[in-house]
Amino acid sequence: MQASLQRNRELSLLILGLIVGGGALALVVAANNAKNIGLATPLITVLAAIYVAAHLVMRRVARNADGMLLPLAAILNGLGLAAVYRLSPEKYGAAQLTWTLVGVACFAGTMLLVRDVQVLGRFKYLLGFTGVALLLLPMVPGIGREISGAQLWVQLGSFRFQPGELSKIFLVVFFAAYLADRKELLSMATRRILGMHVPDLKHFGPLLVMWGLSLAVMFYAKDLGSSLLFFSVFLVMIYLATARIVYVAAGGALFAAGAYIGYRTFGHVRERVLVWLDVFNPDYVQDEGYQLAQSLFALAAGGLFGTGLGQGRPDLIPAAHTDFIFSVLGQELGLLGAAAVLLCFLLLVGRGLKIALAQSNDFAQLLAAGLTVVLGIQTIIILGGVTRLLPLTGITLPFMSYGGSSLISNFILIALLARISHQGASERPAAHTAEILIGGR
Amino acid sequence: MHAQIRRVGTGLVLAFVALFLQLNYVQIFAAERISENPANRLQLIREYSIKRGDILTVDGKTIARSFPTKGLYKYRREYPEGELYGHITGWYSVRYGLDRLERTYHDQLLGESGGLSMQDIEDEFLGAGEQGDDVRTTISSRLQEVARDALGSERGSIIALDPNTGEVRALWSNPSFDPTPLASFDAKEAKKYWTSLNPSSPTSPLVNAATTKGYPPGSTFKVVTTAAALQSGAYKPDTQFPDPQALEPCEGSRERGEACLPLTTEDLTNYTKLPCATGTIDLFDALRVSCDTTFAMIGLDIPGEVFSMAEAVGFNEPIPFDVRTEASQFPDIPDEQAPLRAYAGIGQGDVNATALQMALVAATVARDGVVPQPHLVREVLDARSGRPVRTFDPADLGRAMSEDVAEAVTQMMVAAVENGTGGAAQIPGVSVAGKTGTSQTVQGQNPHTWFIAFAPAADPQLAIAVIVENGGAFGSEATGGAVAAPIAKTVLEADRALREW
Repeated sequence: MQASLQRNRELSLLILGLIVGGGALALVVAANNAKNIGLATPLITVLAAIYVAAHLVMRRVARNADGMLLPLAAILNGLGLAAVYRLSPEKYGAAQLTWTLVGVACFAGTMLLVRDVQVLGRFKYLLGFTGVALLLLPMVPGIGREISGAQLWVQLGSFRFQPGELSKIFLVVFFAAYLADRKELLSMATRRILGMHVPDLKHFGPLLVMWGLSLAVMFYAKDLGSSLLFFSVFLVMIYLATARIVYVAAGGALFAAGAYIGYRTFGHVRERVLVWLDVFNPDYVQDEGYQLAQSLFALAAGGLFGTGLGQGRPDLIPAAHTDFIFSVLGQELGLLGAAAVLLCFLLLVGRGLKIALAQSNDFAQLLAAGLTVVLGIQTIIILGGVTRLLPLTGITLPFMSYGGSSLISNFILIALLARISHQGASERPAAHTAEILIGGR
Repeated sequence: MHAQIRRVGTGLVLAFVALFLQLNYVQIFAAERISENPANRLQLIREYSIKRGDILTVDGKTIARSFPTKGLYKYRREYPEGELYGHITGWYSVRYGLDRLERTYHDQLLGESGGLSMQDIEDEFLGAGEQGDDVRTTISSRLQEVARDALGSERGSIIALDPNTGEVRALWSNPSFDPTPLASFDAKEAKKYWTSLNPSSPTSPLVNAATTKGYPPGSTFKVVTTAAALQSGAYKPDTQFPDPQALEPCEGSRERGEACLPLTTEDLTNYTKLPCATGTIDLFDALRVSCDTTFAMIGLDIPGEVFSMAEAVGFNEPIPFDVRTEASQFPDIPDEQAPLRAYAGIGQGDVNATALQMALVAATVARDGVVPQPHLVREVLDARSGRPVRTFDPADLGRAMSEDVAEAVTQMMVAAVENGTGGAAQIPGVSVAGKTGTSQTVQGQNPHTWFIAFAPAADPQLAIAVIVENGGAFGSEATGGAVAAPIAKTVLEADRALREW
């Protein structure tokens, strides 16, 4: 009974989400070519079919999984698809629909393959190693590619991808498994400094390793966003596992020191900070600050209600379809639309944490929370960047930015969350049955 | 672990709240300030997606128009007549903003003045695209060409207006500039041309000399002094004045009652360095032959009246006009600087006037003492229907002198042309009223030459001011009568032929 309740909720919310996403698509097709609005029909049909198929897979293999994850992803993905299509129907629009198909297929594939997340824990070192390797792969000469200032691409033949997007999942699984094993050890406090419980110095080893890794990514791949994301997720997860705020404090201090060194020695770090502090400075508003300035102009032009889909000029923002997709929607849907997008992300984060809270197993709990935190922090980093709340560090907006690597990894991410929620929801009734059979504990 | 998860959740919620607040700041509270940043092209792109209206001459020649282009901006501005109307249309440039009529009538040209008309709604439904209104100026293309040709390569300005309506029929300053390159979307091309115009220099071709550049008006100002004298009631056209070759300083032995220049050791000598007549001279002849000592005496005698008359005809305030004007200057001279009053009476010293101001002096006399409000635009037209959406009716800036005074000054100006310094402006069959001016500038530089006039004297149709800087081709021998008067004559004759007066 409970199971079909979640799935029915999922289906009805999915229909709602598809109406939003499909409606947005219809509007941008109309704005692009008023004479042939019929072009929208195949797009919307494909989009709906993809999500209904995913829903049917859920009904079969994860009946008790959380029913809001997929619809929220569908709304965000639908709006993102509309925005990408709006910017460039031929070049990116069709491709993004294909990537959506691949992404949702990966979602379904993950649901089918990973029937028990505990299995992942057993391969933690393999996964951790893979995660680090993926993260460092773009720095390998010969296959790494630098695009718009950051070396975060890998090119094999004509196939190009951003391994960093995928590596975040591997690393979170590794962190979750590693920390679930070591949480007692790492949280054992031997003294108090400044009101904080401080464990033995040797337990700071993993922190230093991660710090070194994040600095390497920041300085050599020039990928400030990923560097910040990985390190902050690691800090949050070690805090979740140990409840020792000192790790966060020490990690934060280390990262700040690293960033300061970067500011003093690396032009690309300094540039970001200067632009953040004074984006409209005439000295660089036409150069280094150009992209961010265009984003702010676009958002300001949107005002409360927006210009209407297809009615603004978001194409003036360089690379609007990837990192700046949110500014496109901010201009055309206004503060109301932008706030709705924010709310969807917040709901997604809320569901993720709720799933984590419902877990009785340390690994599952850490994994669910870690995956959620990755999603949340990534969203905050890029949205903070494009609105000038934070220095801009290029990173994609989950489910919305153009690009296969990002879509695939985020769909896998919510598939894992869905799987955990299914397992969590299934364990309790199972235990209940066992109690009846065996006659109590 | 629950407590930690909740704390992390709280942290994430706070971060989202911060994002939401920042969005409010960018999209609502600071939106206007952000949008107005000069680096923002969104505003410009919107503006350039509207087909800006044309600017036309009164006889229907297009002097500014927009044509569709490919690229970021949908329309580009061009000025088919090149330099000829640069000082009138001004420019509409992505890089250098906008000026002159393009600036004053920006809203009308964009079609954004007034409310939403039925036409706008119709356009919206038909998807005809936004279309601004046309601006029809008062300039006659034929007269404008004549003015340009008459001035030739001389540096200076010509402005001619109908004294009855205030409509400016020709407004030409040399040097001028071609606004088309400034409207180029090729930033390099625009910048190259802009730099070649030497924009920060006071002698740049971009300077609209006719309305903003002040020169000592010299003897043309005697028209104002004469009007003040007559208006005061203390003088009549036949009032007799002593006729020395120079006003000498009051120091030393002087006969009782003899006019002299106080507080100085310098003479004020007649331009000819001779007496103007034999024995005495009356006011009528003094204006006719432009006798400096006479007007210096009036300047000393009734400084308050001369100052008031100068202000009444427009000095000391920018003249309200469709393009920017600079105020002409007539100083209020204190007693301890009394000799300057003598120089002010002959339009020298600290007196400064634009060509527009002096044209207005002529037009005021022509219009029986009322100062016409000069204007450059006759009407704003709906671009599709051609119907006027706004017309500008003649107006005036008040009365400066009585009809009788104006009539008397007219007679004296007619005499100046028929039998005085302005002989070169005579037109057979038409009575021309005029006054020459030859004004001293910096020591060692050739004088500026002026001529102001209107015709026909009995029923004035055109008032004109001509200024040729530094004597033009005549060099140090230049006078207003020799250099500027023939130019004024050419323009008056052309307007007579055009409008058959």
